[in-house]
Amino acid sequence: MTKYLLLKHYRGDHEIAPGGLVPMDQWTPAEVEAHMAFMLRATDDFKERGEFVDAQGLSPEGTFVRYDGEGKPPVTDGPFAETKDLIAGWWIIDVDSQERAYEAAAYASSAPGPGGEPIREWIEVRPFLSAPPTITE
Amino acid sequence: MTEPLRDLSPQVLGVLVRRGADFGAAEDAVQEALLEAVRRWPDGVPDDPKAWLVRVAGRKLVDAQRSESARRQRELRVFREPEPGPAEQADDTLLLLSRCCHPALTPASAIALTLRAVGGLSTAQIAQAFMVPEATMAQRISRAKRIVSGERFTRPGDIRTVLRVLYLVFNEGFTGEVDLAGEAIRLTRQLASTCDDPEVAGLLALMLLHHARRDARRTATGEIVPLAEQDRARWDAAMITEGVAILQAALARDRLGEYQTQAAIAALHDDAPTTAETDWPQILEWYDELARLSDNPVVALNRAVALAEVEGPQAALAVVESLDPDLPRRDAVAAYLQERAGNLAEAARLYVVAADRAPNSAERDHLTRQAARLHAGS
Repeated sequence: MTKYLLLKHYRGDHEIAPGGLVPMDQWTPAEVEAHMAFMLRATDDFKERGEFVDAQGLSPEGTFVRYDGEGKPPVTDGPFAETKDLIAGWWIIDVDSQERAYEAAAYASSAPGPGGEPIREWIEVRPFLSAPPTITE
Repeated sequence: MTEPLRDLSPQVLGVLVRRGADFGAAEDAVQEALLEAVRRWPDGVPDDPKAWLVRVAGRKLVDAQRSESARRQRELRVFREPEPGPAEQADDTLLLLSRCCHPALTPASAIALTLRAVGGLSTAQIAQAFMVPEATMAQRISRAKRIVSGERFTRPGDIRTVLRVLYLVFNEGFTGEVDLAGEAIRLTRQLASTCDDPEVAGLLALMLLHHARRDARRTATGEIVPLAEQDRARWDAAMITEGVAILQAALARDRLGEYQTQAAIAALHDDAPTTAETDWPQILEWYDELARLSDNPVVALNRAVALAEVEGPQAALAVVESLDPDLPRRDAVAAYLQERAGNLAEAARLYVVAADRAPNSAERDHLTRQAARLHAGS
């Protein structure tokens, strides 16, 4: 059993989907509704299969913060709304195999967009580091 | 829940299932009976605790079935008129385990169902051990029960599948308040006491011989201590003695299998006062045996470490270089062998590569320390 992070990006090194994406604010209300409903359904599906660990969305706006020495307030940079790579949100699932994690990510990527067509956005799949096994010899 | 109560849980479930009760419904009824025992036994433990649990679980089952529709009537009749089954209760553990480890289940589902139905752990405890929400674990268990329920179930399935699941539970180790390694040993011990397959004994011996080193395997802060550097005075001598005795009795049956072979390797390590005094030629022979029994490429990698002790690091490196580059821990073994061969720069490079590819943070940190140690020394 390994936990995997299925990460949704706003943009990244990969173009977000083949051919790019029309921004959601330009979809019809019905298309937006269908997309949102799919996202909830994906979460429910992971729950029903006994795989669900967590699902969260992130605010698009973030601030960089760092230590600046004893007694000094933290240094901040930003907030930035537009960065090169923005994490939109994630699912965390606990599954038996990498194959199943990929299948789950592909399913998440099939969310409907304009015209009800799957948007085929890229989902980044990252395994969690686990506890070491007992038997190693 | 107390140990004796948890020991009774699979026996009670076994009685209900043998009488023909639906597995999923019976499992729920046993859980309810256990909860009632926890509530009522402090005022006085019944003379025959098992009979008490069977009676209460049976009543819960009938209650549950009465409240359902006519669809259930057939099962109710079956339950009230038990088929003449085997009188021996000893078979129940294997019977239940092989149902919980049904090949139609994924390993994660089989593990969860085994820990609950045979181990008597609560859903919350199992969820905590695997660090998933309780609702997720409840769903995983009920889904697993749906998959294995429905068919009459009187004969045990393939014991290999059961042993594999118990091995996986053991290997999950210790992740919180539930000691999964200890739980795996308890279940395997239960199975071994009712089943004379030497591979069951082999698996039990393997678990004991590894569990005996548990306190020495990590530092107080969780860092990995390699076998060669472990304080062997902290190994559990009594547990090693027990493991060796179980293994010897199994080997005497002359039906060798993978678990007995792995246990033999662990026993030779446990038997050695130091790494240098380890009987490496015999370990190498057991690895050759293991390679014949298993096509797992990890065996070839571990064998290379023993080969290095017998024939030197160059011979072992030649073997490692012939293995699939994507094999987990290949770079870590290669780094160790390069260091043994005196190629410190190459060893340091490989430790860094291995750390990047480590599947868990304890190993990653260990490998990073090795790289840093070599860099500081050169």
